Amino acid sequence: MTGKILMKGNEAIGEAAIRAGCRYYFGYPITPQNELLEYMAINLPKCNGVFVQSESELAGISMVYGAAASGKRAMTSSSSPGISLMQEGISYMASAELPAVIVNITRGGPGLGRITPAQSDYFQATKGGGHGDYHILVFAPASVQEMADLTSLAFELADKYRMPAMILGDGIIGQMMEPVALKEPINLQDLSPKPWAAIGAKDGKRHLVLSAPFTDEKLVALNEKLSKKYKEIAEKEIRFEDYMTEDADIVIAAFGIVSRFSKEAIENLRMEGYKVGLIRPITLYPFPSKIIREKAKKVKAFLTVEMNEGQMIEDIKLAVNGKATVDFLGGGGGKITLPSDIENKIKQMLSKGDY
Amino acid sequence: MTLIYKRPEIITDEPFTYCPGCSHGIIHRLVAESIEELGIQEKTIGVSSIGCSVRCWKFLNIDFVQGAHGRGLAVATGIKRAQPDNIVFTYQGDGDLLAIGMGETIHAAARGENITVIFANNAFFGATGGQLAPTTLIGQKTSTYPLGREASIIGKPIKISEMLAPLETTTYIARAALNNPSNIKKAKKYIKNAFQMQVEGEKGFFMVELLCACPSNLKKSPVDSLKWVEENMIPYYPLGEFKTINKGNL
Repeated sequence: MTGKILMKGNEAIGEAAIRAGCRYYFGYPITPQNELLEYMAINLPKCNGVFVQSESELAGISMVYGAAASGKRAMTSSSSPGISLMQEGISYMASAELPAVIVNITRGGPGLGRITPAQSDYFQATKGGGHGDYHILVFAPASVQEMADLTSLAFELADKYRMPAMILGDGIIGQMMEPVALKEPINLQDLSPKPWAAIGAKDGKRHLVLSAPFTDEKLVALNEKLSKKYKEIAEKEIRFEDYMTEDADIVIAAFGIVSRFSKEAIENLRMEGYKVGLIRPITLYPFPSKIIREKAKKVKAFLTVEMNEGQMIEDIKLAVNGKATVDFLGGGGGKITLPSDIENKIKQMLSKGDY
Repeated sequence: MTLIYKRPEIITDEPFTYCPGCSHGIIHRLVAESIEELGIQEKTIGVSSIGCSVRCWKFLNIDFVQGAHGRGLAVATGIKRAQPDNIVFTYQGDGDLLAIGMGETIHAAARGENITVIFANNAFFGATGGQLAPTTLIGQKTSTYPLGREASIIGKPIKISEMLAPLETTTYIARAALNNPSNIKKAKKYIKNAFQMQVEGEKGFFMVELLCACPSNLKKSPVDSLKWVEENMIPYYPLGEFKTINKGNL
């Protein structure tokens, strides 16, 4: 680990990806993630990598599919409307069990929306997103440092489980600058071999990378296999931050940038004697249901704070399973919930006294 | 007795799933012969995407990657960029290449991707049951335009070879028909050329368009279907090499 440097969130993802061995980037411009596209355009050729600006997000994700099928670490990035187009290729990659990293620096929607920061793609990211019964790994960074660290982890786990992984950020962390400590670049030779990759039938045995098994029985078997894989990652790969929940009466659940507003609110509330804590999911899929379930036995209520109209709250409610009240604060379309809003909401919740 | 003609080794033992009289069998053979004659079985990666030919990996014993409908050339771009020393080709029909995948087709050609395209034009959406394709002829009856294609309603058929040949980034563009032995021999020559240029490191985009018979959707016998190709398709889609550029032009 070297010293810290000041970087924009989008650029930190790009540098972390290159250091993680990504040499293939395909993507299409869309704000607010253009810095990442441009970072790869400038820096990939310097390390014998390939950058192609695709004609569309549909083509871009399929180019990633081709590079991933070749056994290479490949990535793309976009923002909400572009990610909608990419769902076609992501579903095909989930089916073909191809690893790749997709970055969504979300903007407010629906439709074209605006480039204002939002978390309105939570459903799309965590529930599959495209057609068919599948999931992808979803990471939610809350700082520029995590943009870098989780990109590195996303490549590692995508390869390990042979599945697409997504970094779900937003316009604030994508655009803001913070000090970041970057990992040393890995040696491409140290990456685990991918014997399934289509690199020519050189050993006399051919490779097939197919997204359709072409018989009814095999398609059922594929669905069962994927399901088993998702159960395994739910056991092994859940990550979350537990912040001051030990004695908390109310636990805030927030991911990404709003988790930082929530922490500031918690610090202020604690100074006034309110017992409030935070559970911050770092992996949105697999979702940290177990810790939420455990906390539900002890707390008076949960408050989910999101930059959308209430999406993660559904997973919180599923985990809580009626054992505690779950309230919501936030809003979509670029509305930013400030620490003072959170403080007021918590005070209001506790003053009701009906927990 | 001397064996003078045999099945190419890379054609698998898998029973064909194509209909009687379908031209895919001929194309598979010509592709297999070309790959074998060039000795590139171990370095060729095929891309299939949608339609009847999505299963062509079953019948050709080489590496295959199956991508999404219309995205064959984007997938192939990712493969060729990642493995520039290998030979990459797509095997696509008219719905795939010219309807859902037209964006990928034009841009792969305009980027001059070093990819060979084997394009089967049968003037139908075959696998889905004979709907109108971008290549359906004027007057031709389809399940979605049962009274026949009318230009005033749905426009005219696309001649992609003529569209791509003028691009400075395309290197080999040819069209053959598979309606008789003489034309099949020409098709073989074109297909081999389109692979050979990639093997020899020519820059640019290589495509062979093949006029095919789809008896099931034409609702004609295999022989009558070939006659239909000759009488209806060839007059609208002229045959020949539209573009052959020698080394060094890109």
